[in-house]
Amino acid sequence: MSQHKENRFLPYMREDRLPHIFCPGCGNGAIINAFLAAMEKAEMDFDNIAMVSGIGCSSRIPGYLNCDSLHTTHGRALSFATGLKVANKDLDVVVFTGDGDAASIGGNHLIHAARRNINLTVICINNNIYGMTGGQISPTSPKGSFGTTAPYGNRDTPFNLAELVAAAGASYSARWTTVQIENLVLAIKDGLKNPGFSFIEVATQCPTYYGRKNKLRTPTAMAAVMKANTVFKSAADRMSAKELEGKIVVGEFANKQKDEFTQGIENISVEKSGKKTLINSAYESEL
Amino acid sequence: MAQEFFIQGNEACAKGAIAAGCRFFAGYPITPSTEVAETLARELPKVGGSFVQMEDEIASAGAIIGGSWGGTKSMTATSGPGISLMQENIGYAFMSETPIVIVDVQRGSPSTAQPTMTSQSDMMQARWGSHGDYEPIALAPSSVQEFFDFTIKAFNLAEEFRVPVFVMADEIVGHMREKITVEDDIEIVPRKRPEKSDDYLPFENTENGTNPMPAFGDGFNIHVTGLTHDERGYPDTNNPETHQKLVQRICDKILNNKDKICSVKSQNCEDADMIIVSYGSPVRSVGEAVTKAREDGLKVGYIKIDTPWPFPDEQLLELASNAKDVLVVEMNLGQMYYEVDRVLGKGADVHLMGVIGGVMPTPDEIVEKIKEIGGN
Repeated sequence: MSQHKENRFLPYMREDRLPHIFCPGCGNGAIINAFLAAMEKAEMDFDNIAMVSGIGCSSRIPGYLNCDSLHTTHGRALSFATGLKVANKDLDVVVFTGDGDAASIGGNHLIHAARRNINLTVICINNNIYGMTGGQISPTSPKGSFGTTAPYGNRDTPFNLAELVAAAGASYSARWTTVQIENLVLAIKDGLKNPGFSFIEVATQCPTYYGRKNKLRTPTAMAAVMKANTVFKSAADRMSAKELEGKIVVGEFANKQKDEFTQGIENISVEKSGKKTLINSAYESEL
Repeated sequence: MAQEFFIQGNEACAKGAIAAGCRFFAGYPITPSTEVAETLARELPKVGGSFVQMEDEIASAGAIIGGSWGGTKSMTATSGPGISLMQENIGYAFMSETPIVIVDVQRGSPSTAQPTMTSQSDMMQARWGSHGDYEPIALAPSSVQEFFDFTIKAFNLAEEFRVPVFVMADEIVGHMREKITVEDDIEIVPRKRPEKSDDYLPFENTENGTNPMPAFGDGFNIHVTGLTHDERGYPDTNNPETHQKLVQRICDKILNNKDKICSVKSQNCEDADMIIVSYGSPVRSVGEAVTKAREDGLKVGYIKIDTPWPFPDEQLLELASNAKDVLVVEMNLGQMYYEVDRVLGKGADVHLMGVIGGVMPTPDEIVEKIKEIGGN
């Protein structure tokens, strides 16, 4: 008889929503575990975390976690999260998004949220493909890779998300993969503690669509390829563009303190009204 | 003591928002609404509120929905092109039952058309602009005082029914200056928090239809989604019954309360052979035209619709059942006209005076139209 071992993070989940919709071999489960481990390491109060997500497989994650969660429109999670954080800066707001959600339809919101350095922690799960709609290419699909909308190979040049977000002004940006869980946990922990815009890109496997379309038939085959192609940023900085072709550069792309957006709003409020920005004022009959 | 101000319509709207308890504005500059944002950028920090200029109108609509779930009364202001961009998120607000206020200072349309000129071309955008079945509330001010009053009313209705409310102003009302009176005892509707209990259902299909709304951080751990959701808020997208109950409830909570929401004003309708129906700034000319027509011995009255949505069928039927002719005056090529025709067309001939180009119909032009119809 097999022994059922309960996942130690189960108390953080909405058990009445299980089983989840993720495919066998999907990286989302490992990333949820990494997030919850990072949250504990960062000594965060889980009850104070509010999650926001857009549309796509990765955006379904907050629906399984037992905290306030706003599952929004495609690409717009960061704009909803901006409003939520501005309305109540005491909340720890975490955004789960994917490569299509954050970098294609939501690209504008991504660079502007980074520019503002608003205190949000964004976990961007990058599987290089649109999983929920069935395997179309995304803005991070490698050149030459196959998808249902790239039957002859992708001709587009992919975004380098961690670098893009760092360039746009985020105070923390990092990239790791689902085969480097310990590094990922530490990066999410650092992102949660960083009082500014924190972006953690997680390169992950989608065996169902990316794998099937690109002759990587099993999750382990995908993980092996990912591991073989990983280059640490410190090494990558000394490599040529040609040497870096097809590589996944992992490490930190930004980690420096900058002025935070909602603190700036609060400072103006204190200066003009003598008080902090009001919280939960909608429930007051007199202000 | 009541205070008086001589101010611009857009400034009055901003003043009304603050009086109603709005403490978060997110928006994007667009003529002819920009002074609403500019005024709130200046005034909100003085009352502990927040102002954010977003990267576009899509983000503005998203931000105020997030702000509302953060526990703050939230608003945006824009014009036709901005409303077009906001529509997907507006639909999300209907589905997630998020109270927000959207001010539309209408300008010449379609497309970018006439940024500095007036129109009422977004009336159907407010009604049907997002995909799907839903019942919006829209208010149409015809003066600076009404722009102030209706903005307050919009926040109160948004909270009472947990629904997006549109204030459908136009360039004339937005940019003209008039005296307004601000009373001391303004009634504002605070949001209701649910009671904590083990069997709490945030999206319960209650008879009344509107549930109390917790803020994020209150400890309810609720899930909010634009997907079809059950009473717990959990996605349940393939069950016809879940969808039917949810969408029917979000429509019925408005339709079953039309008597509380709908508002019209009327003049000289009792003995009128012809009744003019109008809303927003053209009502100013309509009132003058009816006075002139009465001086010429014509039995004409008018109905001013304060709340184009939900459409006040019952009030129109009551006021206009004896009229032989009905004339709809609006600044588009016929939008609310079709609603009036639907309600009154069985008993009267319904005519349209649809004026576009960015100019308001004058009283004389309306009198001329009255006489032209009367001569037929």
